[in-house]
Parts: sequence; C-alpha cells; structure tokens
Amino acid sequence: MSGIFATLGFTTPWLLWALLPLPLIWLLLRVMPPAPVLRRFPGVVLLLGLADQDASAARTPPWLLALRVLALMLAVVGFAGPVLNPQAVPEGRGPLLILADAGWADAADWDRRRGQLQAALDRARLAGRPVAWRALTGDLASPVVFTAGDDLAGQLAAAQPAAWEPADGEMAEFVMALPEGAFDTVWLSDGVERPARAVLVKALLGHGAVVVQESPARAFALRPPEVVDGKLRLTVLRAGPGSARRVEVLVLGLDPAGIERELARQSVTFAAGDSEREVRFDLPPELRNRVTRFQLSGVASAGAVVLADDGLKRRKVALVDGGSVREGLDLLSPAHYLRQALKPTTDLIEGTLADLLPAAPDVVILADVARLQQDDADRLADWVDQGGLLLRFAGPRLAASLAPDMPVDPLLPVPLRPGDRAIGGAMSWGAPQGFSPFPEGSPFAGLVVPGDVTVSAQVLAQPSPELSGHVIAALADGTPLVTRAKMGSGQVVLFHVSANAEWTSLPLSGLFVQMLDRLAISSRPGKAEAAALAGTVWQADRVMDGFGHLAQAGGLAGVAGEDLGKELVGPLTPPGLYRSDDRHMALNVMAADRALAPAVWPVGVRVEGLAEVAERPLKGGVLAAALALLIADIVATLVLSGRLGGLRRAGALIVALAVAGLGVPQGARAQEAERLVAASDGMALAYVETGNAQLDEISKAGLFGLSVVLTQRTTVEPADPFAVDLDRDELSVFAFLYWPITPDQPTPSLEAYRKLNRFLQSGGMILFDTRDADLAGGAVTPEGQRLQELAAGLDIPALDPIPQDHVLTRSFYLLEDFPGRFAGAPVWAEAAPATAEKAEGMPFRNLNDGVTPVVIGGNDWAAAWAMDDQGRAMFRVGRGQVGERQREMAYRFGVNLIMHVLTGNYKSDQVHVPALLERLGQ
Amino acid sequence: MSEGAAQFGFDLRHRAEGLAAGLPPLLAAADHLAVALQQGLHGRRRVGQGTEFWQYRAAQPGDEVRRIDWRRSARSDAQFLREQEWQAAQSVQFWADGAASMAYRSSERWEDKGSRARLLALALAVLLEHGGERIGLADGMAPPRAGRAQLMRMAEALSLRDAGVDYGAPRASALLPGARAVFLSDFLGGFDPVRDAVLAAADKGVKGALVQVLDPAEEEFPFTGRALFESMGALLRHETKEAAGLRARYRARLAERRDELADLGRATGWAVTQHRTDHPAQTALLWLYQVIGPNRGQGR
Repeated sequence: MSGIFATLGFTTPWLLWALLPLPLIWLLLRVMPPAPVLRRFPGVVLLLGLADQDASAARTPPWLLALRVLALMLAVVGFAGPVLNPQAVPEGRGPLLILADAGWADAADWDRRRGQLQAALDRARLAGRPVAWRALTGDLASPVVFTAGDDLAGQLAAAQPAAWEPADGEMAEFVMALPEGAFDTVWLSDGVERPARAVLVKALLGHGAVVVQESPARAFALRPPEVVDGKLRLTVLRAGPGSARRVEVLVLGLDPAGIERELARQSVTFAAGDSEREVRFDLPPELRNRVTRFQLSGVASAGAVVLADDGLKRRKVALVDGGSVREGLDLLSPAHYLRQALKPTTDLIEGTLADLLPAAPDVVILADVARLQQDDADRLADWVDQGGLLLRFAGPRLAASLAPDMPVDPLLPVPLRPGDRAIGGAMSWGAPQGFSPFPEGSPFAGLVVPGDVTVSAQVLAQPSPELSGHVIAALADGTPLVTRAKMGSGQVVLFHVSANAEWTSLPLSGLFVQMLDRLAISSRPGKAEAAALAGTVWQADRVMDGFGHLAQAGGLAGVAGEDLGKELVGPLTPPGLYRSDDRHMALNVMAADRALAPAVWPVGVRVEGLAEVAERPLKGGVLAAALALLIADIVATLVLSGRLGGLRRAGALIVALAVAGLGVPQGARAQEAERLVAASDGMALAYVETGNAQLDEISKAGLFGLSVVLTQRTTVEPADPFAVDLDRDELSVFAFLYWPITPDQPTPSLEAYRKLNRFLQSGGMILFDTRDADLAGGAVTPEGQRLQELAAGLDIPALDPIPQDHVLTRSFYLLEDFPGRFAGAPVWAEAAPATAEKAEGMPFRNLNDGVTPVVIGGNDWAAAWAMDDQGRAMFRVGRGQVGERQREMAYRFGVNLIMHVLTGNYKSDQVHVPALLERLGQ
Repeated sequence: MSEGAAQFGFDLRHRAEGLAAGLPPLLAAADHLAVALQQGLHGRRRVGQGTEFWQYRAAQPGDEVRRIDWRRSARSDAQFLREQEWQAAQSVQFWADGAASMAYRSSERWEDKGSRARLLALALAVLLEHGGERIGLADGMAPPRAGRAQLMRMAEALSLRDAGVDYGAPRASALLPGARAVFLSDFLGGFDPVRDAVLAAADKGVKGALVQVLDPAEEEFPFTGRALFESMGALLRHETKEAAGLRARYRARLAERRDELADLGRATGWAVTQHRTDHPAQTALLWLYQVIGPNRGQGR
C-alpha cells in the first residue's frame, strides 16, 4: 500500500468486515418502498375497496439509495476508528506479559487504562503472540502462564483497580514467580515510585524488552487530617511535579437528618513544580463531629478519599462533682484528674445534673456522687436508656452512703456492699493491690499495666452469679475494679476506686487516660499507637473500593488492632471504617507520613505516555459526516413523501434539528420542571397522555370542564389540567389521574410503573376509562383487553362494582349512577372488606378505610365533562334535555370522585356523628 | 396554597362566572355574517319588523266582533281590525353534523367543515329570527321558538360535537310537521340514514335544504405517493401505494354521492347544494336564505 493509505490505520480494523453486506442492503432498500404517510382524511370512506392499479408505483429513487448506502459506509468506517498517522508499534514475536499496577492511583482514569490494556492485548493477539496478564495488586503467587489470550479479553474487561497499591514484598516475590525464557513486557504504570519496582524491572529486563505506558497526568492523593490549633490540616499530595492545576478538597458529613452533604470546600492550586500542598479547615465542633470523609473533588480514587473516625470527634462530656471541696485543694478534688485528662480532647462541661442533661452530652461522669434527687435520677436513667454513657467513680461519699437495708441504686452496674475496703493501710495486713492483666473481651484488653499503679481502697461489689459478666477490670486478688452494665441502648460503668489519688494511684498514671480512651470517652487526635491498640479486634464496617466508593463490608474477618495500627492497606485490611465495641477507626489509603514520588525507570525501558500525541483519530469527523448524510436522508425522505410543505420548512427543520442537537432538550427539561412546579402550586387534575392527539384534547377539555364545575360548586379550585407523560413526569404532585385507554397505547416503562405504584400507595387515585360503554363487560373490547395488560403491572387491590353504599355515592352529591357520555355500565372500585358490617341506624355499612386507588369504567367521562375555554360543553351526551341531565350527573360524579380523593373516607366517618354528639353530652 | 395558586383559583372562578355573560363566538360570527347579508336584501318590506302588528283594516261583514280594535275604532266612525302579520310563523329546524369527520380541514387558511356548517346554520337562524320565524334544532335539544334567547340556546347546542362517531347521521327525531329543515353535513358517511331521515321528514310535510359542506381537499383529492388514509376517529383505514392513482375514481365516487343527494332532493322537493370551506360563507347563506327564507314561504 502506498499514498494516503500508508498513513491511515484503524483501531478496530475487523469492523470493516461490516462493509460486506452493504450490497445486500442496497438490494433491500431498492425493494422496500418508503413508509406510507399517515393522513387523516374523512374522504377515506369513499376510498374503501379501491385497489391500486399500478403496483410498482413508489420506489426509492437511486440517488437517495446512494445517499443511504454512503451514509452506512461512512458509519462503518467511522466505527472502525480510522486514524491518520497511526503510531507504528514495533511488534515483537515472543510471548508478552502485560502488567498493570491497578492500584488506587490508577482508578482516577481507569477507563483509559483499561482501554490501553485491551489495546495491548488486541495487538498481541493480532500478532499471534502468547500473552499473559497480571495486576500487581492482585494475586501474584500463581505462576505466569502464556496462552493464546482468548479468555483474557473478558478478564481485562472485568478488571477493577484495587484500593491499595502493589506491596513491596509481593512484588519482590513476583520476581521469583516469573516464568523461564524470553518474553517482552508491557507495564501500565500509575507513575508512583515504589522501592521494589526497580528490582522487578531489572528482572523483567533480563527476560526481554520492557515498554512502560505511563499517564502524564499525575495521581493525586489526600493524607489523613491532623488537628493543629483546633483546625483540621490536610495535605494534598501529587505524585511528582506536573503542570499547574487546581483541585478542590471537599468535607462531607451527615446533616441532622442523616443525609450526606458537603460541609465545607476549599480549593488548592498546585503550581507547576509543587507536589504537596496544605489546606486548613476551621470547623465549629458541631460540624467537625459530623464529618464522615474528606475528598478531592472529581478524583475518583481511593487515595483521594480520607475517612474520618473517632479521632476527629470531640465528645461532649458532662462532669458532675460530688460536692464542694474546700477552695484551693484542687488536688484533692475528684474532678481534678478527670478534668486534666479530658480537657485536651473533649468539650468538658461542668455544673449540676439538671443543667447539664439538656445540653445533650455524650458522656456523663459522676465523680463520687452518692445520691441523686429522684427526678434527676429518673432523667439520667432515661438519658442512659437512649444511648448515653454514664461513668461513675467511687469515693468516700459513695462508700458512706451504702447501707445494708437501702434499695439497690439502678444507676450502678452491680449492687455494692456497704462500706469500703482498705488494703495495705496502717490498720490492715495486706499490701496495696496491683491490677491483674485485663481479661480478653474487656475494652481494656491489651493495655499494659504499669507496675506502680496500686489500689489501697475500694468499694466492693455484692457477690452474685452475674457479677463476673460485668467485670471488665479486676485487682490482682480478683475483686472487681471496673464494672459495666448495659442499660437500654446505653451503658453504666463504675470505677470502684476514686477519681483522685486518695484511694489509688491510677489517676496519676498514663493508664488512666488510656482507659478513658478505650471507653470512647476521650479520643486521641492522630493515630493511636500500636500499643494502644494491642489486644483489640476490629471488624470492618464499611470498606472502600479502588474508586473511593464506600460499601458494606459484608463478611470480612476481624482484624487485630496491632495489624490495623501498622496502617498497611492490603487485601486483608482494605481501607474503610473499622469498628470495635463503640469505637470507630478509619483505615485510609494514605498513611499519615506517606509521600508520593514520581516513578523513575532505568535505562533500557521505553516509556510511553498514555495519550498519544502524533496520532490523529478521524473517527469523530467520519461519524459526523455519516450523521450529516443521515439527516440529509431524513429531509430528502420527507420531501419525497410530501410531508414537507416546501423548502422553507425544510430549512426550518434543519435549523431545528441543529438546535435540537445543541441545547433544546435542556430547555425542554427546564420547562417541564416549571410546568410541574406550576402544577404543584395548586391542586391540578392530571391525565395520562395516550399519544392520540384527539383523545388527549378530549381528556384535557374534560378535566378542564370538571375543574370549572369544581370551582363553581365546591371549595376545590383546581389549577389547569396537567398532561402527564408517565415516563417523564413526577406523579407525587398529583392526587388524581385520569387514564383513558386506547387499544394501541404504549405500555409504560418499568420506572413508570414504579412511580404509578408509589402514586397509588400514597393515596393517589387513577380513573381508568375504556370509553367503550363497557358494552360486553370485562375484557372483550380491545380497550378492555388493553386495560388488563396495562394494569397488570399495577398494584391494584381486589375490585367490585361500586356498591350502593360506597362513599362515592355520597361524598358530595347523593348519586345512584355514575354516567359519563354513556350510562348504566357498572363502575368498579376497590372491594369492601368482607368483614364490613351494616352501621347501626344507617343505610350503609361501616367502610372506614382508605381511598380506593382505582376506579374503572367505560363511560367516557371526559367527553361528558369536556368544556371549551368559553365554558361550553363540547360533546353531545344522550338525547336532548335527558342528555343534559346525564351530563349534569356526570359532573356530579366527577365532583364526588374528586371529593373522595381529597377527603378520603370523611363522609364514611360521618356514621359516627351521632355517637360523637352523644359523647359531647348534647 | 401559595399566593400564585390563590390568584389562579380566583382567575378560574372569574372565568367560570364570566362564561354565562359572554356572547358565544359562534353567535357573534353568525350575527356578523347575517348583517352583511341583510344589506343585500333590503328590498323586502319590513314594516313592524318581526312583531305581530301589521296594519289596521276596516272591519268587514263576517269579521268576529272580538277582533275589532276598539282603541283604534274610537278615533273614527268606522270599525277597524288589528291585523297581525307573521302569526303563522314558520318553524325552521337545523341539523349541523357534529361528527369527527366534520373537524377536518386541509389547510390552516380556512376553517374546518364543522365550524362552517354551524356558522351557516346559526347565521341563517339569525336572519330568520329577525324575520320573526321560529327556529330550533331538529334533534329536540332546542325546540323551535322565536326570540333572541333561542339563538343563545341554539348556539350552545350547536357547538356540541359527537364523540366517538366518525360520520354523522341526521338527528331529526324532533321535526315538527310542516316545518322546514336544513341539514348541513359532508354527507360522506353511509347514505341510507340520510335518505331515511329526509324521506321521513318529507312524509311529515317538511321541506328543506341539504347543504353538503366539503373541504377543498375532499373535492380535489390532491394527494400523491404512498399513503395510509385514516378517518378522523381512526376507525377506517385505507392504504395505497400511489394516492394519485386513486384521484379519478375517488372523484367519480364523490360525484356519485352528489348525484344521490340531488336525486333525493328531486324526489322530496328538498333543495340541495354544495359548499366548499374555502369559498365565502355568504354565497351559501344567500342561497339558503333564498331557499328557506320568508320570501319563499307558501306563496306569501
């Protein structure tokens, strides 16, 4: 090949085979006459029975045929992806290994990455090379086997980026798993440097050529927040310097209704050389406690999402002190140590219980408070029931208040024995007791007890069988030190020692703070050290995929706290939210000290950008030409079939088409929304568009007539009737829907049925009208059959012909029949429950529930209601004055119907008026 | 309810209440058309227009005494009778086809057949009402009466259309014996109901006129190419590959239908005419007025 064809290539050349059947299409087009023009014409009655004399009358003219075939050809060629100056890829011969990092850094432009993978695979298969593929974040242990690659296309199409990145250890192991012999490698890199990469590249270079495809766009990532001076500081990272770019950091959280919203947003501008920028958020505590995650706007990557956990939250702690301590003796105050421990990490409020509870604290601490007033105690118990955490410390006052005959305090986790126990004092034999190691299952499990923490006095629990279940920390001799009990959805925790240093040295040690931490009372900003996590087991609550979307974790195995503390994200510890007891911890993709560097490739590796610059794809242009030809074909067809009045209109049509392609749909949508807003402004009666213009006009006029009558006679003043397109319009703004049935009506979409069912369930009513006078009853007419098909997808209860005591017969007017343009046919509504009983002294039964969701009949009500805009009836009903009477009855039925929709069973409830009057003493 | 909706509700009520006050547009148009015609017909003697009184004449032997107008007679020596004109006013009853086929028009430039038929009917009614005739509808919706109020009733009843009917048949159940009748339709549907209705009317001694109102497209059949013809109610269909090939035969059938109409007219003494919606309504009205109007009468 020479000339222009040398510079023209196709991305998917096999598509060109689709050009083969074109001659066949040519033949078919020649035989097929143009579609008939539908003409409304009353004179058709005179045409009936006239046969065509010239059978071969209409054929597609040859030039139109040529136009169409050319358009098809262009479309086929266009989809085959013609490329000017395709990049000549030197294809090797031997086996090819396709590698992809497929980590979070790839997720942001995964579609392009996958396209690249598939292109590499296609090229290799076209060249007949054996091929294998590995994602470096996936399973690297299994041996690499080169195959013909038939099953790889599916695998590649389903490949998803992982939320972690290739682990150094596994990459090193992969070197071992590489097959013997020579092979080339295509490596789709995410452009982030990793230590083990050099080793792997070196090993690959030993087997053959390595081509690296790397996007020039650098990956962005977000480091977890730090709290600095009460502000949140986040660091945005970029894998190496690049062009100047602006990114936005979003803070997302739940609003009081539990809906996720954007709480704050700041933009960061990266200059060309920057690879790291900081952003600070100053959020009030109320907002800060709501934060669920931080995110880089528009970067769909797990690395660009940081989940917030307890570390960000500041709990509101109410501290109630046992009573007045002499001024100046701070160190003796039970509250002093708590205050010191909690102040840096929580919002501490102090005062009396009556003042503090309305402030909705997360935790209430009672430090040596013996007795509460009864109403305080009740309110506190309620608060705990609703999920509060009550933390109590013993002390001299509490010990003194314990008497043998007093009732059990419900706000203690375990019943206490009277008095206190002194150990190792001047008057006792034993030495002060140390702690026993915290038991498994205790929230304190894994905390290291310093040897110098001792207890010299405590209050004792009443021994009982249940006691051991409540103990979460004990002394070396086994007596309970901390007990806990659930109460409703909250809990009560009691330290059997005082909160000051009088009874124990615990408040003086760091253990005190750690224990408070474990009870989720205070929380440390930043990451907890591994030691603080020791012994805990965390369960993944929600995990993140490579794109940064959160999903329910499902059945992932629990993770030991020590492992979680390493902040190593991998298949076993996917990033996400972990939970242990009442504590939440987020495992984020980026560790707090992680930095990103651009990948450096050794000499001998060919690096290509993902975006090829030299190639010029012609696909768009060719397809546009095909589209233009098709439009020309449409215009030509219209002209040929005489549907276009003249060239002027054709011009207008072309302009309209062009405009339609540009922006009209949006305008139309906005207009739609406006219409809906207008309809929701008042109460609008709505009808379903059938597609039959005449019928829709009748429906509209009918509902207009009914609206006028309602306005004249009742307090219902409906807005203009609304034409509902079931697929498009929102139904929730309507209460009543008139649905005339035509045999050729299209079936609504599934979504439309969902909307209709929601509409019916929320009290809406549909009036189905088959307009066939229900002549044969049931589904004999085409309309009736169509109605059955249409209603099959609807949630309709059992139906009955409307009984004489139905509320529809008396919701405004007293009616016996429900005529429209036809009269006498039965009208169906929801069947009364079989248990309905006759009301005492009333000519009807007690039917007090609900609005019937559907009314079905064939009386062509809209035609009887129809009014023109002058308020004159549009259609003849019956004969003469009798017919006018029938029309009046039709209006009355309409009024009753709307009244029933709007007031429900109000009239039915009137049965009870005598009883109510009697009860009022009249 | 928001302010806008309240405003809307008020608007609707206002409109609803104003409905009864307005002159039906059909009646207004008919009035307009009738006035235009009256100027052309001014030769008619119109003393005491539309009222009972015509003239006094001297009493003659044989006149009943109670018919003497004493007030007039007291002013002279002779006795006078008060003669009343129009006392035996004619009843003219109309039927304007309201079926779906009448809603057809082939171009925006002229109105549809139904509108034209109703306009002609009401304009003639206006003229006749000026002449003191009793006017009404043939189907009993508005029994013949004199007076302006009757025109309102007729205008209301005339604008009713028949839903679900492709082609109309005369609704002439309430024709009074000896009355005159005007049927306006395209007469494209079945011809038997028309023939039956006209024969039944003729049996009652009703004379009248048949006006076939057609759209130009129905007369000329200008269609070409492959087409699927459908009646206005979509009940009838006819598909053709080349519509132009049907033109001659269509027009032959139309002519046949006209001949049938003309035959019927000859047999019953009814006048028959054709009217096209693209032609001015005055010509048809003039024709109608001459056929039905008071000049024709029973030799009066």
